Amino acid sequence: MVLVFAESQNGNFKKGAFEAVTYAAKAAKLMGTECAVLTLGEAKDAGQLGKYGASKVINVTGEGLKQLDSQVSTAAIAGVANQIGADLIILSHSSTGKTIHGRLAAKLGAGSVTGVNALPDVSNGFRVKKNVFSGKAIAEFEIKTAQKVLTLMGNSLQPEELGAAVEVESMSVELPAPRVTIKEVSRIEGTVPLPEAELVVSAGRGLKGPENWGIVEELATTIGATTACSRPVADADWRPHHEHVGQTGVAIRPNLYIAIGISGAIQHLAGVNRSKVIVVVNKDPEAPFFKAADYGICADLFDVIPRLTEAVKKFKNQN
Amino acid sequence: MKILVCASKTPETTSKIAFNGDGTAFETAGVQYIMNPYDEWYALVRAIELKEKQGGSVTIVNVGPAANDTVIRKGLAIGADNAVRINSEATSALFVAKQIAEYAKAENFDLVFLGKESIDYNGSEVGAMVAELLDMPFISYVNNLEVEGGKGTVSREIEGGTEILEVDLPMVLSAAKGLAEQRIPNMRGIMMAKRKPLKVVEPVAFDDPVAVVQYTLPDAKQAVKMLDPENMDELVRLLHEEAKVL
Ligand SMILES: Cc1cc2nc3c(=O)[nH]c(=O)nc-3n(C[C@H](O)[C@H](O)[C@H](O)COP(=O)(O)OP(=O)(O)OC[C@H]3O[C@@H](n4cnc5c(N)ncnc54)[C@H](O)[C@@H]3O)c2cc1C
Ligand SMILES: Nc1ncnc2c1ncn2[C@@H]1O[C@H](COP(=O)(O)O)[C@@H](O)[C@H]1O
Repeated sequence: MVLVFAESQNGNFKKGAFEAVTYAAKAAKLMGTECAVLTLGEAKDAGQLGKYGASKVINVTGEGLKQLDSQVSTAAIAGVANQIGADLIILSHSSTGKTIHGRLAAKLGAGSVTGVNALPDVSNGFRVKKNVFSGKAIAEFEIKTAQKVLTLMGNSLQPEELGAAVEVESMSVELPAPRVTIKEVSRIEGTVPLPEAELVVSAGRGLKGPENWGIVEELATTIGATTACSRPVADADWRPHHEHVGQTGVAIRPNLYIAIGISGAIQHLAGVNRSKVIVVVNKDPEAPFFKAADYGICADLFDVIPRLTEAVKKFKNQN
Repeated sequence: MKILVCASKTPETTSKIAFNGDGTAFETAGVQYIMNPYDEWYALVRAIELKEKQGGSVTIVNVGPAANDTVIRKGLAIGADNAVRINSEATSALFVAKQIAEYAKAENFDLVFLGKESIDYNGSEVGAMVAELLDMPFISYVNNLEVEGGKGTVSREIEGGTEILEVDLPMVLSAAKGLAEQRIPNMRGIMMAKRKPLKVVEPVAFDDPVAVVQYTLPDAKQAVKMLDPENMDELVRLLHEEAKVL
């Protein structure tokens, strides 16, 4: 059996959960078995996850599952995995998934790989691939233990409807007392968080100063994109730190990454070079970012960006 | 307060990445190594700051071969008191976690720091594993930490926001940007580091659950299409029709 943990936030599932269920269902098929979904705490319409290919949806509730206490969540997932005889467990490669999965692997003595981006090869043992060295190479891992734990990189596959909704089963698992108390959660409202964003507009020192970000924000709003920035821009407090992408910031994998006035240093590329399509706007034809780009515009950004925004508006009106 | 900082060694960020002929091993010739930035800049510095304020000691632990001693000495020069190297190649996350936990078990640390991830394999695995093996709470991606009266107040990065938590010590935490400011070792620190204890212990036996079987380089990217800056409609058309992202 394959078990997949579907993350929810305030009772709602995120896109990463649908991707993880789709991945688990496809992996189960390769392995000649079925896929069960686990939801923790309250979750709305959990039965709908059956549509993404799960034959079973299991819910566990309890004190300490309302928030992330990795010890409690790990006990819940491990408990269910053992009750249903799961040999493969899938989590999302999110801040929650990454916090739980190592605990789970250690608790079960399971081999684990994080951030996988393709289905396993089960023709010769169990092998999975992930990007390593900041996207400069791909490593194929063999997991040798009977139980295995993986986290799935966001945006690695599209959620697919492979089945029908099912009844939610509750299961009871003995849980430890929580040892972590959440005092406060603050989220930036309104925009899709960077790690989940499909469209990203990012800008660097070429903008000259924080007062010029209006054109970047307008382009982002027009496209429906989340904004990001290079490290010096966040370090200078031109933009908030959570927007900093790259090796020491957030690593992202959107469908579209538009880089404006960013030179394309290797440490910046490390966080963005797995984007599906990269557009670079830079006035320096020698800017290293052009080598990593799909489309390049060599021009003054202050001239080009407002016109790009206009062109997108025109396109949106026509479609 | 007794603090442990787990530090790994990674190739310097601009290193050229290459493999041996059949793609089964990383080519180490000519590669410069550094202490993993999250471990050095944030975990280690915050540990030292807490010690400076509240007393106690900071120990660095590394699972690795003798060649790692240079990187460990740098950590001592920045201000750790002593170090332990567990003498083995770091072959998998669970192997490393097992070695660290075996050592830490008998030492009763109040705080165990790690980096949020190593920048070579981007695993983000070892911290949670150590916490599980030591039966301690684990807080990941910490960008602020205050400790008072046996309690830690921690702020952690989550998707699109932050979370503030309270946890009783002992605990394990992984350090992210913001937790501290990078420190550059000074001459005195470098001199003193030479005399600080660096103990070498042998690993416990443990079978690796995972192994890399093949490395490959990504497909060469297609050459960039340069577009006419005067014609942004064309870019929008290509993003819609060719790239299918708009
Ligand atoms: C260990 C380490 C980790 C790092 N981690 C990160 C990281 O995570 N993320 C990150 O971003 N950086 C990181 N860096 C820093 C990185 O090396 C670069 O210094 C940084 O990315 C440069 O930012 P930038 O491209 O905004 O600025 P610059 O390099 O100054 O580039 C500005 C660009 O704007 C262009 N430009 C200027 N004016 C215009 C105009 N009017 N129109 C069009 N184009 C214009 C210029 O041609 C130039 O290419 C790290 C560095 C180190 C050593
Ligand atoms: N060989 C090692 N020795 C000591 N600590 C390590 C080692 N490998 C990883 N770590 C610690 O675990 C953290 C996360 O590493 P990883 O799980 O490999 O991404 C690193 O930032 C280090 O703090």
